[in-house]
Amino acid sequence: MNVLFFGITKDIVGSSEISFSDGFKPVNVAELKKHLIDSYPEFSKLNSLAVAVNSEYADDNVSLMGNEEIAIIPPVSGG
Amino acid sequence: MKKVIEIVNIIDTAKVYAELSDAKSGGICVFVGAVREFTNNEEVVALEFETYKSMALKEMEKIADRALEKWSLNKVVMRHAVGEKGVEEPVVVVGASSAHRDACFEACRFLIDTLKETVPIWKKEKFKNKTVWVSAHP
Repeated sequence: MNVLFFGITKDIVGSSEISFSDGFKPVNVAELKKHLIDSYPEFSKLNSLAVAVNSEYADDNVSLMGNEEIAIIPPVSGG
Repeated sequence: MKKVIEIVNIIDTAKVYAELSDAKSGGICVFVGAVREFTNNEEVVALEFETYKSMALKEMEKIADRALEKWSLNKVVMRHAVGEKGVEEPVVVVGASSAHRDACFEACRFLIDTLKETVPIWKKEKFKNKTVWVSAHP
């Protein structure tokens, strides 16, 4: 599973994309977020942390198959 | 074309009148967001914008569609810039045209306010001695 990072999350991770080499396969968005916050504690200091699945905002209970395009969306600040 | 939705490197503010102008429209309302020189008394050197483009375009499309449902509009424009922008440079242009002014004024406000809430675009403020991702931390 590959995950895209933008804005401050890209800086925290040090990359715009990672794949879980340890074989981690989250069943839903909540599990993915928990794993990321455990791996990168600085994520928990952000104002918000949203997840997009196939370029749509996804709630915690959205299931993941592993073939989706997944992106981490830190607080947006356009305009 | 009723909607213009774009993410571009450079915004040409002169284009928007022709894009919104319409024989049925007696009112055209446009908002332009630009780079301000000071944030909390600190001098800004530049702003840098990045986006998750495919999702940002989808979200902008949704906002424009909601505006078209809510108000009687003839045309809608939403255009955001990415990359590094200096003081006074335009970074976002949104606008709407309608038969009378009330609809386009209200829609224009809705377009920019909602864009700032939901569209995946991020802004980094570059000061002389530091850079800050806007809104990232409490």
